[in-house]
Parts: sequence; C-alpha cells; structure tokens
Amino acid sequence: MIKVKLFATLREGRENEIDFEFFPGINGRFILEKLAIPEKQVAIFLVNGRDYSLDEPLSDGDVIAIFPPVGGG
Amino acid sequence: MYGYAGKILRINLTNQTIKVEDLNAEWAKKYIGGRGLASKYLYEEINPKVEPFSPENKLIITTGPLTGTSVPTGGRYMVVTKSPLTGAIACSNSGGFFGAELKAAGYDMIILEGKAPKPVYIAIEDDKVEIKDATHLWGKLVYETTDLLKQEYGDKAKVLAIGPAGEKLVRIAAVMNDYDRAAGRSGVGAVMGSKNVKAIVAKGSKGVSVADEQKVKDVVASKIKIIRENPVTGEGLPAYGTAILVNIINEHGIFPVANFQKAYTPEADKISGETMAKTILTKKHACFRCPIACGRVVRLKDGKEVGGPEYETVWSYGANCEVYDLNAISEANYWCNQYGLDTISTGATIAAAMELYQKGYIKDDEIAKDGLSLKFGDPEAIVGWTIKIGKREGLGDKMAEGSYRLCEAYGAPDLSMSVKKQELPAYDPRGVQGHGLVYATANRGGCHVRGYLISAEISGIPQKLDRFSTEGKAEWAKIFQDLTAVIDSLGMCLFTSFALGLKDYVDLMNAVCGTDYTEETLLAAGERIYNLERLFNLKAGIDPSQDTLPKRLLEEPIPEGPSKGVVHKLSDLLPKYYEVRGWDEKGYPKEETLKRLEI
Ligand code: SF4
Repeated sequence: MIKVKLFATLREGRENEIDFEFFPGINGRFILEKLAIPEKQVAIFLVNGRDYSLDEPLSDGDVIAIFPPVGGG
Repeated sequence: MYGYAGKILRINLTNQTIKVEDLNAEWAKKYIGGRGLASKYLYEEINPKVEPFSPENKLIITTGPLTGTSVPTGGRYMVVTKSPLTGAIACSNSGGFFGAELKAAGYDMIILEGKAPKPVYIAIEDDKVEIKDATHLWGKLVYETTDLLKQEYGDKAKVLAIGPAGEKLVRIAAVMNDYDRAAGRSGVGAVMGSKNVKAIVAKGSKGVSVADEQKVKDVVASKIKIIRENPVTGEGLPAYGTAILVNIINEHGIFPVANFQKAYTPEADKISGETMAKTILTKKHACFRCPIACGRVVRLKDGKEVGGPEYETVWSYGANCEVYDLNAISEANYWCNQYGLDTISTGATIAAAMELYQKGYIKDDEIAKDGLSLKFGDPEAIVGWTIKIGKREGLGDKMAEGSYRLCEAYGAPDLSMSVKKQELPAYDPRGVQGHGLVYATANRGGCHVRGYLISAEISGIPQKLDRFSTEGKAEWAKIFQDLTAVIDSLGMCLFTSFALGLKDYVDLMNAVCGTDYTEETLLAAGERIYNLERLFNLKAGIDPSQDTLPKRLLEEPIPEGPSKGVVHKLSDLLPKYYEVRGWDEKGYPKEETLKRLEI
C-alpha cells in the first residue's frame, strides 16, 4: 500500500490522507491524475521525506506528502 | 529627501531633553535606512563594549524610507540596540501600524539615550513631543497600557509599549506595538525597560512625500499584482498564515521536538495552520498596507478573541515542549503579548527547562512552590511558566535570563539550543545545511530571518537547492543575508521576498526616493550593512568562535524521521563562507573588503 498525505489548499475537496493499492510501476504522476491534482499546483513532492521525481516508480509502503507552493517563517 | 522624513528625534532621558536633528543624508545613501542606518548610528554613537542595561547604551526606533508610503507592507519599523541577551547588535523588526504613524508624525528615527529617573512615556503628536510621567502605567500589561494611552490620545494614536517583562529586565523581553505585534527578539524590550520608558505614543498628520507620484502609483500597482498572483503570498499565507509551515517542516523531518531531541512528530497536524484555520481561527489580520494578511486572530477556550500564534510560536510552545494543543499554545502566545515576551525565546527556554528537569538537573523540590510541572507535554506548564517568566517569579526568575544562562547555571550549557545565547527558531539545521550556516553566522545570534534559506532549501524559492548538500551554500547564505539587510532597511516585510526579487526592491526604492540605485549598488548596501554589524560584534568582544551551533546539532545525528542520520556540517561550510564574504580565515573582515564597501 502507498499512503498519500495532502496539505494546505490541496486538502480542499479531498481527504487529508488517501491510501493507494500498490502495483509495480505506480508513480507520482498516476497518483496526481487519480486525485485530479494539476501538476502545476504541486511544489513539493516527498517520498518518505525526500524530494522525488513524479515519474520514478514507487515502492510498496512508501509514504508520500504533496504540498502546493508554500512559505512562511 | 523623498521617502525619508529627514528628521531624527533625539531624546535624552537623563536630562529630559528633546532635540530634532536632520537625518544624515550621506549615511542614508550608504546604509539605506531602518536596520542599516540605525546600525550606523549605533556603531558611531556607542562603545560596543557598553553594558546593555547601562544608560550609555542607546535604543533606536527606526523606520525605513518606504515605511508609511503606499508600498505594499510598508509599515515596518525596527528596534536597534545592543542586546542584553547576546551582547551583539540587535535589530528586531515589527509590522502593525506604529511605524507608519511615527513616519507620518515627521520622524525617521527616535534615538533614546540615558535613563529616565522614573518611569516615563513619550508622546509624539507631529511637532509636539513630550516626556510624560508613566507611574500609573508601570507594572501594567501591554493591552491595558495601550488602552489607557489610546483613551488619552484618541484611537488614531498608535502605541508601542513594553510589558512587565521589559520593566523587570527579562532578557527575552519584546517591544510590543498595536497590542500584539512584536519587535520580538534579542531582549530589546528589556533595554527599553532599563531606560524606564514604558511606552511611546505616535500620532501623525504629515504625509510622506515621494519623488514621482505617478511613477510610485504604477510601480506599486505592478508589485502588488506580483504579490497577489504569487501562490505563496497570494494564497498560502493569506489562507493559513505562517503556521502553514508546520506540516511541511515536519514532513521533511526538521521540525524540532522536545528541545531538538527529535526532529519529527506524528502529531504535527494537530497544531498546523490547516487545523488552526478549521478550528480556532476567527479572522485574518493585515499590517499597514499589506496585501498578504498573514496575521491570525483566534478565539481561546475562555472566549477571548486575541492575536493568534505564528509558526515559530506554534513550534516553540508546541512541538518543542511536546504540547499538541492549539488552545494552550494560543494562550501562552497571548501571555507573551501581554507581558511583552519574545515567543520564540520564551517557548524555547521553557523547553530547555523541561529537558533540564528530564535529565535531573532541576529537581521536584525546587519547583514545588511554583505549583507547575516541568514535564514535556504539559499544556498548563507552558502557560504557567510564561507568566512566571514575565513576572520573574520562582524558577521563572532564572528562566527570565534565557535558556543559555539558565542551562549554564545548572552546569549544562549544551542543553541550550542557542547561538550567541539566542534561542534557535523552528527548523533543525541538521537537515537544512545552508539554513544552519545562516544560524551560525547571523549577526544577532540564533535567528531565521537574517537569511531565510528555508525558502530555497525547502520551498524552492527562488530555486530548489539540495537541503543535505553543502555545495554552493556559502554563496547562497551571503546573498540571502545581504538581500535581507536591504529589505529590512527599506521598511518592508521580509515575506514579500517570496514573490519579489532584488529588481523589484530597486524599482520601489527609486520610485519613492528618486534615487538611482541599481541591483548591484542596492545589494552592495546590504553587504555593507552586514559587515558593519559584524564589526560592531567583533568590537563588542563576540569573537568568531561564536559562529557555531549547539553541540547536539554538530555531533548527534537526527535519531528518527525523514532526516534520520544527519548532523550539521558547519566545519565544511564556514571557511568557504568567510572566503565568500571577503573575511580572513579567522572570520575578520579584511581591510580590502571594508575598503571596497566604503566602511
Ligand atoms: S505579510 Fe504578514 S507580517 Fe508581513 S506585513 Fe503582511 S500581515 Fe504583516
């Protein structure tokens, strides 16, 4: 299974956390498509806390965090 | 002079004299205004070795050339003095409305000298300036002080005040304005207290004259458009405030937990900006002429509607004390505002005390009288100790000295998560190498707003940098530090820099002031300011060996979470940083650098 966590404006109209069934080859792009999140709304795409490419295949058990552009301080 | 009021108010409290002087235009050209220009005045006028609480120290309250104009976020003012917490030069920055009002009254800067024989406040109504008796205000909380002065001077009057913490020389006391905006850091409120000045009231009817009104209108409109269309300043900050960062920083595994013993918590979402927006948030707050409106207003459990906590505060009292309770955090924040305390240093000092207790340095019998626990995770403790620090009561008296002096008194200075004795903010530098370099070298000690590299290393603004790498970070640190010095000196809010770049600041400065800065010369002014602050510190006796981080962050790898296993590699970064700065290998600015910068 792959756990996807959404934050900030990406939560609007969606759950905060969504689980995806793992299959070989599943990647970030697939997940964004399923969640109807346009790529340009994604500023940070983390897999297990590290920056990750949308095209790279994921592993079973990965935890994904997706953020829109954010800053603060 | 356009933009500038062109006048300084010099108030000698010992002799009770008030003088109006012309602003030194030559210095203004080189040091811009605000942070830069006030640092120049301080550098020229006091001996950097002076005891911070002595009458020989001065307290400068300054605006920038863009303060009080139509420039977006042009409401900032700064408090510049020698810090009683760090012994270094302090510059604490605040928004709200006071700064713009002071400018409208016709002054760029107030220089407070000496010490009043008894408590006073200063009333400024354009050309009428008076030193008034403040016996009736002394001891009062910030809100009541502000209300009383507004009753006397009218609602249009803007009030800057210290709370009981500043009066009692709490080394982490803030200068407050407009009730709950704070020039928070480095204990500037205690210096004001040491001078027996409780408050300053400003009421101004003069406008700020600009070089070319039509041009200012056009340039301002185009910059506001950039700010509004930017997803960070146009969407994220307005919707969620600065606490939007809680989840992001935590998901990267650099959210300090339990006084930096850990860097990740599964409970972060309980105190996030998203949760705040869904639960206690009642409205948003904008400072003077700010299109971003990152400020929060929240409702406490007891019904009070008050200024809400910023990201840093949510962290310092939240994860850092392991209290995942937004109501308790907001209440602690409220008491910081009332007593006039820096929320970062106060929360972090309580967290340090909690670790001292956890490790057995502070024993139960010592705090029995205080009736409060020092256990991580206790929501009552964070509120209770805040008030005790504000009153210097019980163990709160020792905590009022800040975490470094507290931990040192127990023989454990390494438990203070501070740089140059000032508490570090809400990012574990082990997982953000560049940001850690900025912590180690910030002129005012542990601080995140002297070069906010989180922007590049986490948010990817202006470009994404590998947060674990040391590559190129020395250069980035320098640029961020110099640009920040420019923004602070202009009198604008640093948050604009998520959307605006150097060129935009040049446009705004030139349109308002009729100057002919280029990107190169304006950034050079920032570099000049940074070096001047450095010189002040060196003369004050803060030698470069203090450009360091707490031992824990250099030696103990992050134990768990997404950044598990890393330490901060300061020794790889510092030599390069000194070189990029044009400082010698020991960290002293080289003769040729000072010459190039015309210092
Ligand atoms: S962005 Fe926030 S802190 Fe900055 S001026 Fe606007 S409201 Fe004030």
